[in-house]
Amino acid sequence: MTGTSGDIPDLVCARCDKPLEMRKVEASYLGQTFPVELPCCPSCGFVYVSEELASGRMLKVEQALEDK
Amino acid sequence: MDGDQIKAWEALCIEEQPPACAAACPLRADARGMAEKMAAGDFAGAMGLFSRVVPFPAIIAHICEHPCEAVCRRAEAGGAVRLGALERALVEEAYPTIRRTAQRARKPKTIAVVGAGLAGLTAAFDLTMKGHAVTVFEAEPRPLERLRHDAYPSLLPPSAVEADLGALISLGVDIRCRQRVTGGDGLLVLADLIAAHDAVLLAIGPGPAIPFAGTLRLTSAGRIDLDPITLATSRPAVFGSCLHTGDDETYSAIFSVRDGRRAAVSIDRFLQGASLTASRADDNATGTCLYVNTASQVAVPPVEPADPTAGYSHAEAMSEAARCFPCHCLECVKACAYLAHYKTYPKRAVREIYNNDSIIMGNRKSNRMIDSCALCGLCETLCPNDLAMGDVCLDARQSMVERGHMPASHHDFALRDMAFSRSDEVAFVRHQPGHDQSAVLFFPGCQLPASAPHQVEAVYRYLSERLPGGVGFMMDCCGAPAHWSGRKALHREVLDHLHAVWQEQGRPRIVTACSTCLKQIGEFLPDIPVSSLWTELAAIGLPDVAVPRSVVKSLAIHDPCTSRHAHDVQAAVRSIAASMGADVRELTGAEKTTCCGYGGLVSFANPEVGNAFVDQRIAESDDDYLAYCAMCRDNFARRGKRALHLIDLIFPDADDPAARPDPGFSGRRDNRLRLSRRMRRDLWGESMSDPVPSVSLIIADSVRAEIECKLLLVDDIAEVIAEAQRTGCRLKDRISGHFTASGRIGTVTTWVEYEPTEAGFVVHRAYGHRMQVEVKP
Repeated sequence: MTGTSGDIPDLVCARCDKPLEMRKVEASYLGQTFPVELPCCPSCGFVYVSEELASGRMLKVEQALEDK
Repeated sequence: MDGDQIKAWEALCIEEQPPACAAACPLRADARGMAEKMAAGDFAGAMGLFSRVVPFPAIIAHICEHPCEAVCRRAEAGGAVRLGALERALVEEAYPTIRRTAQRARKPKTIAVVGAGLAGLTAAFDLTMKGHAVTVFEAEPRPLERLRHDAYPSLLPPSAVEADLGALISLGVDIRCRQRVTGGDGLLVLADLIAAHDAVLLAIGPGPAIPFAGTLRLTSAGRIDLDPITLATSRPAVFGSCLHTGDDETYSAIFSVRDGRRAAVSIDRFLQGASLTASRADDNATGTCLYVNTASQVAVPPVEPADPTAGYSHAEAMSEAARCFPCHCLECVKACAYLAHYKTYPKRAVREIYNNDSIIMGNRKSNRMIDSCALCGLCETLCPNDLAMGDVCLDARQSMVERGHMPASHHDFALRDMAFSRSDEVAFVRHQPGHDQSAVLFFPGCQLPASAPHQVEAVYRYLSERLPGGVGFMMDCCGAPAHWSGRKALHREVLDHLHAVWQEQGRPRIVTACSTCLKQIGEFLPDIPVSSLWTELAAIGLPDVAVPRSVVKSLAIHDPCTSRHAHDVQAAVRSIAASMGADVRELTGAEKTTCCGYGGLVSFANPEVGNAFVDQRIAESDDDYLAYCAMCRDNFARRGKRALHLIDLIFPDADDPAARPDPGFSGRRDNRLRLSRRMRRDLWGESMSDPVPSVSLIIADSVRAEIECKLLLVDDIAEVIAEAQRTGCRLKDRISGHFTASGRIGTVTTWVEYEPTEAGFVVHRAYGHRMQVEVKP
């Protein structure tokens, strides 16, 4: 899984009161790790996964890995 | 998976056996395929199939005896398909579409064919198509002289002969007429032909061959002595084809063609140095073991052509071709939503499953297919050879689990649900209050307490009153989800636990409310005496209830797949329903019942197939359904079918039980938990409080339905919100004011978008994923 999740949503980290920024994060499943850019809180590192991503590309990758 | 077992399974499926017409055809012409194409108007496609195996389509269409028609299974439903007339219509319309190109042999061989009858010319055709140089020597002035005059003067139009001969010559066959080949003296001597060619075929018809006595060995009847399988003569490189009539001399055009083809195969093999005998034993076989359910077909008479001398018009041919069923077995596929979904049949599916199992590196593309079988046993019941796809899929699942290849997402949720049912929160066993032993142990299973908890309590109280010797109560799981998901070790653990509890309770007889529990215990714990609640109630009689029972109109009875062969249970259920005044109508009957979508955990691994099972079943009747498995009833309700459980009749709990909604997965857990606590508190006096949610949630029906589809639990959502509220770790949408939070529960990260209100937290949506994401350190 590479690339970005698209536009940054209009979300702020409620604890740090900071808008999310695209950051490089690691996504991992079944021992495989992929670099991916996702919206994160620049302060506490809270990573946001949108429903579109979770039920779209992320699900596809999960299923592909499960069938490996 | 065991390769020998796979082969044994594959061998049971006869779908790939030829239809009767093709099996009876000496050339194995695919009449079924041709009829299918003609019915669809694709005459060129049909001609492609015909001309691929028939060297002289125009001639054969007119004079073949059509043994295919004699065995056509449509004869049992209106009359055999008139394949001969169809072939003639095909030739009439599509002859010009024939496209043939001879192969180019790297080292073409020269072959002499003696005799330009159908056999000789067929061999010439076949060998020319293989790229060899063929010369035909014919004593008469024209080829096929005998056909033209003797055999079928009224049937065979000269134009058909000319068309096929023209096509043969244009392929490059050299036909030399008025060339009599002799044994000794003469212009054309056999020995010279043999010397000048790589191979020689004597296609001289059925008569004696005395002139060749000096060159070849003859039989006592004076015929060329041929090997019956290979048609080889006593001399290498020389073959014959004069056996087609056997001892009598009845002429058969199609068998002549077959003889010529058989000789051509031998010659081609001889020229390649290959075995003449390998894989030729079934050349003469005519039967097939393909099963065809002709009884299910409506009788349709043959189409009569408006002009009998002209034969079928295009439209008439299409209509007649459409009378071909076509012959297939597919008994299981016709009934099974799973096989239909994957557009496959067992023989192919078994091979695919085995290939999937054998993959070392690469994608196992059939994992979900394997996990989509309901293991319901219907295919085995319908199969003429009792092939059970459930056995194949279960074996494959166990292999997947053992090798670590089972996709986690397929069964996680169901296994987590099973773990919850087996947890101390829910599971317990007690003797009847006031007793220190149990003659009987009531085992309601997981799903009835999840669907109808109050009735479970009522049943237990009734059994306690009516059965002597103490009736214990056990809430636990029979292990079916572990078994269905291929988890052998977990299944064993569940069974061992059940067995140990049963022994601790003094080895009582177990009475189950669930058909699956009954089957599981009966099959895997054979030393435990077990019976069904329904046979028990039929024996002891039904309770008088204070609440008047609702008037029952007609009900269509649905048996759970796990009761398919439990005849005593089926009878008890019907007698109970009848004794309560229900007008019970059969759907398919118990033996051919279908899955409700829960069997084999299909609805977790493949919701689409799971729903297809339910939807297919609920479309069978407009009556309200009567089920006696809670999962069946709830699945029907979930898909919009009015359905009630037998227990709703006996222990009424609602005015219109058939309208009872499906509780959903979260509701099921809550019902189990509450029942377990309530019973322990009310019957055994234990201090138990009702479960209190960590936060109060407000969830709209549409959101709740989505949560169900995504296999998320309301409890988990509450936990995520509670944790987010406690830690403050959450996101806020600046426009809507909604919060979004997530939490890792088990192997799933659950996300919730919510909004705090005075009445509680409004859940706007929830979703999950298995992948974990974190900021790189």
